[in-house]
Amino acid sequence: MRHTKIARNIWLGIENLLLHKLRSFLTMLGVVFGVGSVVAMLSVGEGASQEALANIRKLGSDNIIITSVKPVEDEQTSTQRSHMSIYGLTYDDQARISQSFRRIRKAAPVKLLRKEARLRERSMELRVVGTTPEWFELVPRDIVAGRVIYAADQEKQAPVAVLTEFGARKILATEGTIGQTVRIGGDEFEIIGIVKSESGQAGNIQIPDEDVDIYIPLEVARDYFGDMFTKMTSGSFQREKVQLHQIIVQADGPDSVESTAAGIERMLERFHKRKDYEMSVPLALLKQAEATKRTFNIVLGSIAGISLLVGGIGIMNIMLASVTERTREIGIRRAIGAKRRQIVYQFLIETVVLSMFGGLIGLGVGTLIPFLITYFSGMVTVVTMNSILLPLFISMGIGILFGLYPAVNAARVDPIIALRHE
Amino acid sequence: MAKEASSDEKNGIVRLADARKTYQMGTEEVRALAGVSTSFEKGSFWAIMGPSGSGKSTMMNVLGCLDRLTSGAYYLDGQDVSEMDDDSLSELRLKYLGFIFQSFNLIPQLSVQRNIELPLYYLGWDAAHSADRAKELGEEVGLGDRLNHRPTELSGGQMQRVAVARALANDPQIIFADEPTGNLDSVTGIQIMELLSKLNQQGKTIIMVTHEPDIAAYANNRLHMIDGVIDRIETGAHETHEDRQEHLARH
Repeated sequence: MRHTKIARNIWLGIENLLLHKLRSFLTMLGVVFGVGSVVAMLSVGEGASQEALANIRKLGSDNIIITSVKPVEDEQTSTQRSHMSIYGLTYDDQARISQSFRRIRKAAPVKLLRKEARLRERSMELRVVGTTPEWFELVPRDIVAGRVIYAADQEKQAPVAVLTEFGARKILATEGTIGQTVRIGGDEFEIIGIVKSESGQAGNIQIPDEDVDIYIPLEVARDYFGDMFTKMTSGSFQREKVQLHQIIVQADGPDSVESTAAGIERMLERFHKRKDYEMSVPLALLKQAEATKRTFNIVLGSIAGISLLVGGIGIMNIMLASVTERTREIGIRRAIGAKRRQIVYQFLIETVVLSMFGGLIGLGVGTLIPFLITYFSGMVTVVTMNSILLPLFISMGIGILFGLYPAVNAARVDPIIALRHE
Repeated sequence: MAKEASSDEKNGIVRLADARKTYQMGTEEVRALAGVSTSFEKGSFWAIMGPSGSGKSTMMNVLGCLDRLTSGAYYLDGQDVSEMDDDSLSELRLKYLGFIFQSFNLIPQLSVQRNIELPLYYLGWDAAHSADRAKELGEEVGLGDRLNHRPTELSGGQMQRVAVARALANDPQIIFADEPTGNLDSVTGIQIMELLSKLNQQGKTIIMVTHEPDIAAYANNRLHMIDGVIDRIETGAHETHEDRQEHLARH
């Protein structure tokens, strides 16, 4: 009984609003855009941060990633034709890290090369990653076919290769080609498996795995290709000597990540005269990303809050005008026996219905925008339950907040004066 | 109002005792009611008359529980309402009073039926019963076929009939009519007055404000006001049926 009465009151409110369709629609627009922008911004923000967080997690939250970087001095002198820059992490670094830190679970060295890969008639330049079996544990990949590199391959120095899905596609390798021979830089390797491609960017670290990688055992890579690289940049050849491009270290738990990273950094400082490496700790990035997300949400929230405020003021303005316009109606209702609070209720319901309806349309617009953004730009957007419920509650709150004053004003009308009102 | 409460006030459903009402108009104090004591019987038909500014409208507003006295007492069916708060007065209007105005005062955006249902809505009737009652009343005032029309689509006489139907919806004890024929031509005015007479014959107490003697003639009693006090009261004398026929013939 009680709820049918509320339903009736709401219906009466809707009927009244429908009498002035254009006006009601225009009044609603403020809330539509306010709520729409809240939903859209929240989902774009949520999408961006989830993507960043996912990428960071992909790096492993227990991991420490040390990457070789060319020192700045070398960068400047490298225009000289004869110069060869020697920098970066060494096999010794790798050994020292593995041996001297107790709280390390695993460490995987990475050597990166660019080589021509040829399978039958197809050839394509791919990135060759020389690494150890640990790599596949630290940066897990789904196996599409075959297997990954095992410790036995490493010991035997077996010339085996694992392709990524996209890399395999480029040279037309399929499940059927497992066991066949791929020529990498002229040497023969047996294809033993294909793993899923993953790529992405997390903060400033590039995931050590492009779409089109080919993995071979580190020892084999060292034996066959050595540590010397020749890069051609803007017409001149540059020679570089880099033993390892990256070392990925896994600490034994989240609480030891940062202390272990600091320990490794101190040790590297001792053995490297120049700063030719860079440390990154996904966990630290994760924390940073979460902090950024909070800031982002506060900024977006404030902007959206302002637009909702403007929408609310718009509603209040129209409702005040409506009260003046309907003074006589209020007088009639009061003379018939409506109590003040019933008049308040009537106008409040109208405002809340208006703003809730605006909120619903805004929700529609707001979920459509992220969809379109994803469709056209490929950017990840996530519409969460929060980003749906929050604006709805906000729009209801706005209805009550900005409807109360006009409604109370309406109830204050003196019926005798109101009945004479033209 | 409880019937028992009125047992010692049988002869006055409405009773004013030294009723005074003063307004502040700028610096000037206007004495709209300057000590009025009177009593209207249950089932009577009163016309309150007087020139503009005589206090007849104020009297009407006070009797209709729309306005409060500055001093003095007002007993409605034996109950002192002069000290009641706004909510209680609203409740009284809702349950015991009906209003008919000169300018009809229908809500333009609501259909005829919805206008008639309005008091029932505030009485908390459900939609189905309200609709039945509104239809019944619509038939009674001869507008059964106009229930879904908007007031703006009706003639003045029809609008006033809707107003009468609305005033009857809550089955009131007293119907207040403020210049009910003021915006009507004389023929439709007479029709409305006949309707009111009929209601009076059915037992409703009717209190009407008018300045037209022809219209006041329909009432059993006429109270003349001047300068906020009662000038004179004419009781009992009212037109016969023949007089009315004659009156109709003249127009």
